[in-house]
Amino acid sequence: MSSDGVNKGRRRFLVATTSVVGGIGVGLAAVPFIKSWMPSAKAQAVGAPVEVDIGRLKQGQLLKVQWRGQTIGILRRTSEMISELQKTVEVLADPESVEADQPEYVTGDPRALRPEYLVVNMHCTHLGCVPQMVPEVGSQPFDDNWNGGFYCPCHKSKFDLSGRVYKGVPAPTNLRIPPYSFLDDRTLMIGVSPQGAV
Amino acid sequence: MKKNMARLLAAAMLSVAVNGPVPASETTEPSGVDVNDIASLQRGAKWYVNYCLSCHSASYMRYNRLAEDLGLGEEMVMQNLVFADAKIGDTMDIAMDPGQAKAWFGTTPPDLSLVGRSRGSDWLYAYLRGFYMDENGAWNNTKIPDLSMPHVLWQLQGIQTPVYRQETSASGFTREVIDHLELQTPGLQSPEEYAGTARDIAAFLEYLGEPAILKRKNIGEWVIAFLVLFTFLAYLLKAEYWRDVH
Amino acid sequence: MAKFADNMAKRAGAFMNWVDERLPVTEFWDAHLAKYYAPKNFNFWYYMGSLALLVLVMQIFSGLYLAMHYKPSATEAFASVEYIMRDVDWGWMIRYMHSTGSSFFFVLIYLHMFRSLLYGSHRKPRELLWLFGMVLYLLLMAEAFTGYVLPWGQMSYWGAQVIINLFGAIPEVGETLTQWIRGDYFLSDATLNRFFAFHVVAFPLGLIGFVVLHLAALHKTGSNNPDGIEIKKNKGADGIPLDGIPFHPYYTVKDIFGVALFLILFAAVLFIWPEVGGLFLEHDNFVPADPLVTPEHIKPVWYFTPFYAILKAVPDKLMGVITMGASVVILVFIPWLDRSPVNSIRYKSVWDKVLLGFFAVAFVRLGMLGMAEGTPAQVWEMRLWTTVYFMYFVMLYFMSPRSKTKPVPDRVTH
Repeated sequence: MSSDGVNKGRRRFLVATTSVVGGIGVGLAAVPFIKSWMPSAKAQAVGAPVEVDIGRLKQGQLLKVQWRGQTIGILRRTSEMISELQKTVEVLADPESVEADQPEYVTGDPRALRPEYLVVNMHCTHLGCVPQMVPEVGSQPFDDNWNGGFYCPCHKSKFDLSGRVYKGVPAPTNLRIPPYSFLDDRTLMIGVSPQGAV
Repeated sequence: MKKNMARLLAAAMLSVAVNGPVPASETTEPSGVDVNDIASLQRGAKWYVNYCLSCHSASYMRYNRLAEDLGLGEEMVMQNLVFADAKIGDTMDIAMDPGQAKAWFGTTPPDLSLVGRSRGSDWLYAYLRGFYMDENGAWNNTKIPDLSMPHVLWQLQGIQTPVYRQETSASGFTREVIDHLELQTPGLQSPEEYAGTARDIAAFLEYLGEPAILKRKNIGEWVIAFLVLFTFLAYLLKAEYWRDVH
Repeated sequence: MAKFADNMAKRAGAFMNWVDERLPVTEFWDAHLAKYYAPKNFNFWYYMGSLALLVLVMQIFSGLYLAMHYKPSATEAFASVEYIMRDVDWGWMIRYMHSTGSSFFFVLIYLHMFRSLLYGSHRKPRELLWLFGMVLYLLLMAEAFTGYVLPWGQMSYWGAQVIINLFGAIPEVGETLTQWIRGDYFLSDATLNRFFAFHVVAFPLGLIGFVVLHLAALHKTGSNNPDGIEIKKNKGADGIPLDGIPFHPYYTVKDIFGVALFLILFAAVLFIWPEVGGLFLEHDNFVPADPLVTPEHIKPVWYFTPFYAILKAVPDKLMGVITMGASVVILVFIPWLDRSPVNSIRYKSVWDKVLLGFFAVAFVRLGMLGMAEGTPAQVWEMRLWTTVYFMYFVMLYFMSPRSKTKPVPDRVTH
């Protein structure tokens, strides 16, 4: 045992290199374990796009379907409902949907590919409850001056018939819009954007 | 002394080599299956879907995995390989009702997702070439005697019949065994072509048994290369510190 | 810059003082690493212990992740393993890591135990160390057996069937006992579920606990070495053994090198050849469990086959089970059967070496025969090697005090 003539620099260098390379190795080995938590092929298959027949949907009717475990609402809006959308602007928190989680091809007040059909993720952006649709205009127990929209019974958040959130309610943002597209006039595909859209 | 000991032990080990389990047919030749030959897997997939999948599901295998691994593209797979009312993410299931199958064949055709792993590609290659028509005009197979499955590929291979020979066991018991099979009626494919078909199906079944086989070896080479580098560094580190001791 | 570094070092030191006053971290570090003196002449055989510890950690980690996807139910278990192999991102790697790890665990433990027989590491004052090791070995066997049942393939099912029925050999209570273990009249969902619970909770906890005891006992006596000399007998003026070197850094860097080498081998199996020709992953276990069809050739995984061969060598059910049990239990008594005046094989006679050689060959041959079909000739060979196996212990007891030994040096050699 002797520590004479120890090349300290070499030792420090080798300790550092081995530690770094070993650390990289541990880091790389961790990747498969982290990735194994992502949705599996089975989850992806179950979460595949859903085809919805909207041919029999009446005006003013709301159809609820499941996509990736979420309740997706498809509302066929009447022309009165669509025209009502502009009137609510001053009570909304984000009328332009700047903060909203929605595809780029969904724009304006109707927040839809075709203004007649609202396709919306029904879960409240506050804590995930599903709001009720209250389309009637007029005085409601929760709002004296209601223009029609969605009302969340859990924490009293309010949204208009485009899913835009009211000012002064707990929900922070507008209801989410999932990617979707029309296969034809009566068939909707939820989970797939229209061809060419991002 | 050490060397003598080692020699003694080695001799003791070798002198009594174990005869492992003897396969049903000793005449199995190597199949020449190359699971990394994607073109072969593609052909095998085509044969499997056209000839096997009507009865034999592969219910752990998803079509989109097939599309990705075999470089086929999802549309191509949907058009050419998916006949049933299935989606791209679905598994390769069959429409056949198990009860009905039992009535037809006397047994339910097994799922073949893992047959490549339980049997191995050499066995499957021999099996696919081992069908023959016996004296009673019934299909039989050298690998699974008296099987209940007809020779689905007979149009490709043609009809083989067996040639027997006498075999006497050590205890003096004589029995008739199949010496080899002879092609009686030629099929659409030449024997060489049919061997290729059997090889492609066996390769596909090997892949089907373990889809990860296509990439794990590749990943393994990188992992080992990295570990060799690390080992080299660890050796230098160890040698550096142990200069104190030596 | 230098001032900054000085400052940082001072702060780190102050922080360590703060911790040390509350938790003996530095004390522990010194006692077990920096000022724990190990003999300087460790050879190849001394890598096995640290590698086994590494594999234990890897098994616990990969097992944790497998348990996130596996379903302990007779109807879902097999499919959930294939789900891991195909649908879970990188699931195949995690599963192969676990299956490869289980076999390597036994490889390492067998080499580790053989090292003890070579250099007398089980002898006074290390008997407790050996006993804790034996408990670990038994726990490892229980862990491996319960784990092997989980994929619910044909070999899982019928292997478990055979092993559980061994308990049926016990007179009077056998039948009731097997039912109690299975929780059913046949091997079923109830059995699988309880095996899962033991495999993921009870046995791993036991393994960790006894590893701690094993290491505590080791650090009390200090390591043996290939010369079988107590290094504590020769201390310098400073009280440090003359043949000892601090475990850290010398054996930490050496073990890192060992780990790296081992991982190359491990990765080669995991990625290139995970089935090892049916030894590590058996072909028949890729067929789902079927209570109606027994596979043609039932055998346990390779690490149990030596004992399985001993079982098959005895032509009587109860006696077979007793003999097999004895072949494991007798290992417990090795510290007291070995009565040689010296520790290490290096200073023993030729005949001691031949004896140990025969024992090793018997163990390996029994393992190979346990995998074979069991032709009459093979059964006779099993009987031969079973006799050799047990003769080792008899001969050890009677021969060890009498055989000629070479003089043992005072200091370790290189």
